[in-house]
Amino acid sequence: MEENKRLVKVPTMAEMAANGEEPEILFWVGCAGSFDDRYKRVTRAFVQILEHVGVKYAVLGTEESCTGDPAKRAGNEFLFQMQAITNIEVLNAYNVKKIVTACPHCFNTLKNEYPDLGGNYEVIHHSTFLQQLINDGKVRVQGGEAFKGKRITFHDSCYLGRANDIYEAPREVLAALDADLVEMRRVRANGLCCGAGGAQMFKEPEPGSKDVNIERTEEALATLGAGNGVIATACPFCMVMMNDGVKNKEQEENVKVFDIAELVAQAEGLSR
Amino acid sequence: MIQLENIIFLIVAGLGIGLFVWQIQKIRKNILLGRDLDLTDNPSERINKTLLVAFGQQKMFKRMLPALLHLVVYIGFIVINVEVIEILIDGVFGTHRVLGFLGPVYSALMFINEILAALVIVACAMFLWRRNVTKVPRLAKGVEMRAWPKMDANTILVIEIVLMLALFTFNIAGLKLVELQGGEAAGVYPISQSLINLFGDNPQTLHLIERVGWWLHIIGILAFMNYLPSSKHFHIIMAFPNVYYSKLLPRGKFTTNPAITHEIKAMLDPSYQPPAPETDAEGNPVIQRFGAKDVEDLTWKQLMDAYTCTECGRCTSVCPANITGKLLSPRKIVMDTRDRMEEKGESPVIYDPARYGKDEGTERVKVTEENTLLRGYITPEELWACTTCNACTESCPVNIDQVSTIMDLRRYLVLEESAAPASLNAMFTNIENNGAPWAFPAADRFNWAEDIYVPSKN
Ligand code: SF4
Ligand code: SF4
Repeated sequence: MEENKRLVKVPTMAEMAANGEEPEILFWVGCAGSFDDRYKRVTRAFVQILEHVGVKYAVLGTEESCTGDPAKRAGNEFLFQMQAITNIEVLNAYNVKKIVTACPHCFNTLKNEYPDLGGNYEVIHHSTFLQQLINDGKVRVQGGEAFKGKRITFHDSCYLGRANDIYEAPREVLAALDADLVEMRRVRANGLCCGAGGAQMFKEPEPGSKDVNIERTEEALATLGAGNGVIATACPFCMVMMNDGVKNKEQEENVKVFDIAELVAQAEGLSR
Repeated sequence: MIQLENIIFLIVAGLGIGLFVWQIQKIRKNILLGRDLDLTDNPSERINKTLLVAFGQQKMFKRMLPALLHLVVYIGFIVINVEVIEILIDGVFGTHRVLGFLGPVYSALMFINEILAALVIVACAMFLWRRNVTKVPRLAKGVEMRAWPKMDANTILVIEIVLMLALFTFNIAGLKLVELQGGEAAGVYPISQSLINLFGDNPQTLHLIERVGWWLHIIGILAFMNYLPSSKHFHIIMAFPNVYYSKLLPRGKFTTNPAITHEIKAMLDPSYQPPAPETDAEGNPVIQRFGAKDVEDLTWKQLMDAYTCTECGRCTSVCPANITGKLLSPRKIVMDTRDRMEEKGESPVIYDPARYGKDEGTERVKVTEENTLLRGYITPEELWACTTCNACTESCPVNIDQVSTIMDLRRYLVLEESAAPASLNAMFTNIENNGAPWAFPAADRFNWAEDIYVPSKN
């Protein structure tokens, strides 16, 4: 096995600039993608896909910093702008034009809020990017075996869906997997939040009768029915929330939470 | 022939319309308490939205039954208004069914009118049923649904039914009179025709009934019009401008405060020259407030939102925080804004909705006796429960932006009072120190890139 594999050296913008090169896309990893143990696997899966299709990409590495999204949603406009202005200086210094990110919160902030502060880029969420790779035949997703008959339900991220009207791209990626895509009761524009947005991720929920992620997980579990199933997400926060929910319901043996990039990487035989 | 009746009519109509104009002026003043905001961009997109969402009722159709019932009342309202024009002309000039010369067009109009009027009665009865018998939760529940909002909704529905009954009354009596005189009535009246013998055949009585029905209808309409500014029913007017001025940007884009941008740029680059501070009419610099504590810190659009709310509770019924038992109800945020605005500014003449807090039922939630929108009406606990998911803005049939108000109030808490929950303050510190919301050293940010393998291509 090992001899058929090669070790990936993830290129950074600094290295590229030193060689006088410019990548086609900047992969914006985001804080969750960099630090959250579970979500790092998504980052790695996405890099495997980038390597596999041979796109010329780079990351900022240690030069990346929080986009400021959680600060902004929590009301700390000052800290948000500090982050944004500093990030924009870095991005503009590298002459970045096109950014791909797996995090809808980074996506929304970079795409919609950075232009007011002088950061103008073409920003693409990884669901749209993966959909294009599939449409262009660059990724074949020969996942017929791995996913056949498996029930998958997609949980819409508010910051991808309602905030930016992206509903179809992640579903098309899942449809290409040849799995059995089932929809929850509250989907697309009517989707129910995972409970993490608006900086809720970083605080205890306000007192109530239930946590939002439990409500959403119950809905997902009811949709998947008994047996094996996958809750597909396209957002690091949703992933944490759904994972916690599944654990809370003691269903982690039966129901797995995967990011769409992991599913594609698996189907392509890039990772287990 | 102009008679005393016409003069009385002219006075009554003049008073009714004058009072309405006066009330509108008050509301205009209240809305202008808000901060300035330029929303004159993209007129064609705005008109498009208005046609779809306001005229076309697009967002109502997320729920079929109420959408259809509402459509009946809405179309009924528009068509029956054509008859109101006739009533006004008849009333002023002492004419009778002045538009009758339109012949077949008039017949068709009256025909549709009667059918719609009957359907409006049915729809209003069903609405009353949903509110008072089956008690659809979003209409019946919520701390903000005190005595007044509930009574208001029922009042409107009953008035609408009474207005329609008055219309039938004078149609039936009028038809019978014409029949007794052996003449031919202008127009076709399918329902009144079938009820033609309802009021007997004494011409004097019939004439009296016809006049009473006619006066009741027009006085009812004038009174109703003047009740609107006190009521959630004001949405029949406000929905149109409010949708026209609604947010065209992606829902996820929140406003940027330029004053903060200048401050930061000056911090980062000492040679940066921020523009001269804004001045008010007297030339004094305007004191910048970050976020909103009270209604005048909100924009006029956010205040217009408050006048447009139909209190339908669609926003609250889809709010994840509300669904899971948290204190937040986006409808309450909007209704509180209106109440506070009218407490601070002017209140309508018929009924002061701000009084709803003093109505019977549970006390208004307050943290302090401070008389500002924040704390006096809306508690920080409500604000901190919001996930900014935009389910509320998506569901609102009249394009109200509840999230923008919630965000502005949150900004005040954080920027002016540093009153964020402790865990959020810790998150802020982490971002400041490590460039990430978690306490991980920035130097570890790239550690994920170790030991990644891909199948080699050959
Ligand atoms: S944006 Fe906030 S108020 Fe609106 S539905 Fe979501 S959590 Fe509720
Ligand atoms: S804000 Fe909109 S959705 Fe909410 S109650 Fe008012 S009109 Fe209904």
